[in-house]
Amino acid sequence: MNFIDTHLLSLILFVPALAAVIILFLPNGENKLFHWFTLGASLIPFVLSLVVWFRFDATQSGFQFEEAYVWYEAIGSSFHLGVDGLSLTMVLLTTLLTPLAILASFSISDRVKAYMMLFLFLETGMLGVFMALDLLIFFVFWEVGLVPMFFLINQWGSANRNYASMKFLIYTMGGSLGLLLAIQMLGVLFGHFDLVRLYEGWNSLDPTKTLLGLPVSTVKAIAFWAFTIAFAVKVPVWPFHTWLPDAHTEAPTAGSMILAGVLLKLGAYGFLRLILPLYPNEARIFAGALAVLATAAIVFGAFAAYAQTDFKRLVAYSSVNHMGFVVLGIAAAAFAAGTNDATIALNGAILQMFNHGLSAAGMFFLVGVIYERTHTRDLGKFGGLFPLVPVYGGILIFTSMASLGLPGLNGFISEFLVVRGAWPILPIYTAISMLGLLFTGAYILKGIKQVLHGPLNEHWARGEHKLTEINTREILVMVPLMALILWIGIWPAWILNVINNAVVKLF
Amino acid sequence: MTTELLIWLIPLPPVLAFFLIVLLTNKNKALSHTIAVGAALLSWLGSMIVFVQALGVEHLGEHPLGGEPINWLPLGESVDTYFKIGVLVDPLSAVTLFFVAWTVLMIFLYSVGYHNFGQPVGDHDHPGLPPHGATVEEHGHQRSSPVGKHVVPSIEPMYSRFFAFIGLFAFGMFVLVLSDNLLTLFVGWEIMGLCSYLLIGFWYAKPSARDAAIKAFITTRIGDVFMLLGIAYLYSATGTLSFREIFTEGILHTLATVPSGVLGLSAAGLIGLLLFIGTIGKSAQFPLHVWLPDAMEGPTPVSAMIHAATMVSAGVYMVIRMFPLISLDPTTMAVVAFIGAFTALFAATIAVAQNDIKRVLAYSTISQLGFMIAALGIGAYVAAVFHLVTHAFFKALLFLGSGSVIHGMEHGVLHTGNHKVDPQDMFNMGGLRRKMPITFWTFLIGGFALSGFPIITAGFWSKDEILADAFGHGHTAVFVTLAVAAFLTAFYTMRQITLTFLGEARTKEAEHAQETPWTMTLPLVILAFFAVTYGWVGIPEHFPALGGLVPNWFHEFVGGTLAEHPEAVEFSVWPLLTSLFVALGGLTFGWLVYRNVNSAAEDRLQIPVLKNKYYFDEIYDRVFVKPAYWFAEAVIYKFMDQSVIDGILHIFGPVTDRLGSAIRNYFDLPVINRFFGDGSANVTYWFGGKLRAVQTGRIQQYLMLALVVFIGIGAALYFFLLA
Repeated sequence: MNFIDTHLLSLILFVPALAAVIILFLPNGENKLFHWFTLGASLIPFVLSLVVWFRFDATQSGFQFEEAYVWYEAIGSSFHLGVDGLSLTMVLLTTLLTPLAILASFSISDRVKAYMMLFLFLETGMLGVFMALDLLIFFVFWEVGLVPMFFLINQWGSANRNYASMKFLIYTMGGSLGLLLAIQMLGVLFGHFDLVRLYEGWNSLDPTKTLLGLPVSTVKAIAFWAFTIAFAVKVPVWPFHTWLPDAHTEAPTAGSMILAGVLLKLGAYGFLRLILPLYPNEARIFAGALAVLATAAIVFGAFAAYAQTDFKRLVAYSSVNHMGFVVLGIAAAAFAAGTNDATIALNGAILQMFNHGLSAAGMFFLVGVIYERTHTRDLGKFGGLFPLVPVYGGILIFTSMASLGLPGLNGFISEFLVVRGAWPILPIYTAISMLGLLFTGAYILKGIKQVLHGPLNEHWARGEHKLTEINTREILVMVPLMALILWIGIWPAWILNVINNAVVKLF
Repeated sequence: MTTELLIWLIPLPPVLAFFLIVLLTNKNKALSHTIAVGAALLSWLGSMIVFVQALGVEHLGEHPLGGEPINWLPLGESVDTYFKIGVLVDPLSAVTLFFVAWTVLMIFLYSVGYHNFGQPVGDHDHPGLPPHGATVEEHGHQRSSPVGKHVVPSIEPMYSRFFAFIGLFAFGMFVLVLSDNLLTLFVGWEIMGLCSYLLIGFWYAKPSARDAAIKAFITTRIGDVFMLLGIAYLYSATGTLSFREIFTEGILHTLATVPSGVLGLSAAGLIGLLLFIGTIGKSAQFPLHVWLPDAMEGPTPVSAMIHAATMVSAGVYMVIRMFPLISLDPTTMAVVAFIGAFTALFAATIAVAQNDIKRVLAYSTISQLGFMIAALGIGAYVAAVFHLVTHAFFKALLFLGSGSVIHGMEHGVLHTGNHKVDPQDMFNMGGLRRKMPITFWTFLIGGFALSGFPIITAGFWSKDEILADAFGHGHTAVFVTLAVAAFLTAFYTMRQITLTFLGEARTKEAEHAQETPWTMTLPLVILAFFAVTYGWVGIPEHFPALGGLVPNWFHEFVGGTLAEHPEAVEFSVWPLLTSLFVALGGLTFGWLVYRNVNSAAEDRLQIPVLKNKYYFDEIYDRVFVKPAYWFAEAVIYKFMDQSVIDGILHIFGPVTDRLGSAIRNYFDLPVINRFFGDGSANVTYWFGGKLRAVQTGRIQQYLMLALVVFIGIGAALYFFLLA
């Protein structure tokens, strides 16, 4: 037990990877075995992160459950892990969504072994980013996550998967080039990559000094933009968003769940973990620009979603719209760091990350459920399906309402907090983003209208095309999501407490 | 149980009913409606207990019930920065709770009969469409001698679902009324928005119902996003959303003096305006009124729910609740008064030309809400509340009554089998007073209350108070506008009563109409009781003859909500005469004109511009809806994302490709491959070729060559080393 106690984070991080290696040695062709083994393996990190969640002391500042190992001594990089309220929330989201995504993948029958292995490696990659307290480790995991996702889209995706996976890979890689260089620069400057020590050292640098022959302010500005672009692509911030609808739409269902649920959060997490603490001044200077982009994402994302005729693409664009609120909260906080408004905005932004993880994963899954049965995502080809699939319809309306930000469900709390926090700081942008909120309603209702309501499309009513109701396994995927959506909507204190303490201590 | 706990518990039964029905009992219709009606009964009981206790509290306005709020959202370093939520029962919420609990219970009960509980399952009914009736074998008086088949109403296929939804709806309203802060009020507000969407679109397979549902949701959402901004503004300006804390002199004073920077309004003015836009959407005021008439697509109990008990009353309730804040800025108040008065008249003019029995009522709701808003805008706080309450009773009555009429007519339609007859068109009715006596008498009471029939109806007292306030405080324009609107109200109400109930049946269907079951008529009777008696609690003190007989309880009680008890307006005979004239005149005129009109063609008020509601739907469609979709699709998606942004991205592909091939064609191939690679190979090859000459295979030649080399090396050594 002692070993488990002291290595909780490493276990959460590496159990999936280890399980992936074990799968390699399992006999081929045993699809059922792969399904259940992977599901079991992915539940271990979930249980462990629950342990961490309950043992976590929110009132303390700084990182907890820290572990540090010698890794690359020559360049001063150590394998340093740890969590605070911000990263713990994201770890929980990841370990929660992965088993659900795997359960959602039970319908996959093509090269199951490889698929499941990739999924587990993906989980390790994402968790590593959230846990890393060493910039080099951070970068390693940042890139590690890309590879499985690329193959998942490229091998198990739908028609346009080559284009989508290449766009996704090249765009993200292109974005992270600057990140790598900036991290290297920090390493050269300080002789280490340790985030905890950087937090202290970085802001106390004498601004009159020169680094590498350049004034400190210039170096910081360059590094700031290198970080920002990498994270902006990942979030994605408008106008770097066009990879998202392609990648989300073409990915297999579970891949889209994880893409929207977790991968997008990596970018926002980067903003919160690295940019705000390391570059408060630059962030304040450029907060206005970031707010413009966030507002553009909210408004244009909503409009673009409204224009879609492909159900999955509609949901994909909704991510642009929702993540815009995260960025708006970050921009507001960057502009007025330290004020109570900023705290509220950040609380909202982080909660919105978690909430969007739940609702977007749910929405993508529900799109997948109907796609698996009808083999189409064209909204025009559905219509009036509610009587055929009443349970599915109810779940879809529920999840859609969460996505729409209906009060009483989770999305409202976070959006309200962002709006409340951003309003006194950035009133104009907040006001404009209300237009996006209005059109969120429009596209959500459009989706429900075209799929469930209206006259029944007889094609799906009988014969070989008869649409079947959502099955128990699929309901099981949705139940935890819906329960959390409702719980956070009614009583968010359990999670907001952790987030709030982290925000107060960090910024 | 303490009163505080009881107040917390009031909203819960309906929401529990919602979850129970959805998750467990939706297959069992009887159990589902038992749960729902039982839940409404529990909430009603709780509300009545709380109401009675509230009556017993001295100075309830200053010492409202509700206890301490609890911590909800942690938002900063200290405990003070928690966002707290709680419940509050002050005079305003007490009287609102009273009418909400009653109307909700009545509507729940009525729904049992309306959805044909106890009737057979329809022959061809589908979920998502209204039931079409079931064929039954009828046995005559002598047993075992079937006299043939006939069609009777069939039970609603989604019966349980309906009760689940109205349960959630009631929950939203109770939350809204009992909240002690604007945020949970907004939660209830939006839950009702969802429920109105679900219920207007209850028969979702009908495209008209589906579109009406979306229209209702989106139109009210326009108001909601402004309201959300107002809430955010208020919260950041004052650090709280709690009514108790906002309505204190210090905070109100600050809000009134701080400029907002927009249009010269004070912070209070702008916040008030933003919140009021929320009301414009929710209470269907001009220019966001378009959704309410279309909301008729839902089942009739839903219309009663939306028009009386919950949704639109919520909008008015909110502005009344925020009155201390809104009244700080005269500009905002002027806007409120203008919108209210204009809407009151505007909607009344449309109502006179409608032939659908429910649509007339829909426009009358918009118009009556305009009365309340206008009253508020001129500062007549108590009058606005009074009219809100009386209107809720008589409008719930009228809607349920119209539902009963339609139900009776549908019976007739099923009997004749002629489905071309629209059971909602008043010109297909006539003479129903004999077929449906209970419905007739209760509808008459409701209609007279709506018209403001003097002395006996509640509507008279509340409307008269609004007019008296407008007159007494010198708001002549508002007074005249409302008086004209009141005249039209009486006129179209009498038109409706005349066409529906009086005269002779104009169709076979009307001849075969039938009175509805007790579950539908009992609520009508109870609501009719309140539509008459509720007015007597607010008779002005100086009213001729009647004044002072009973104390003006309503004014005393509700006036206590405000920090400064509002003065009752001085009695004047002119507004009284005006109210008498418009009510009686309108009723008489309506009867005189329509008693002999037998078809729509004979009706001179079928003016296209009124009939088509001033073409607002068409204008909005052209100006907002279609351009928005065009903008979304053509500009944002196709042009910006796909052409510009992806276009730029797609440049990288070919450019990289070209760069790659350029490097290959102009550097790799010629320089590396040809020059260095092939070049070195060629040189070696050439050299090898030349050397081949010496490799002849003859041993003598090799020895000879070796000797020559040996001599050469020896000579070189000698020359360099020894010499």
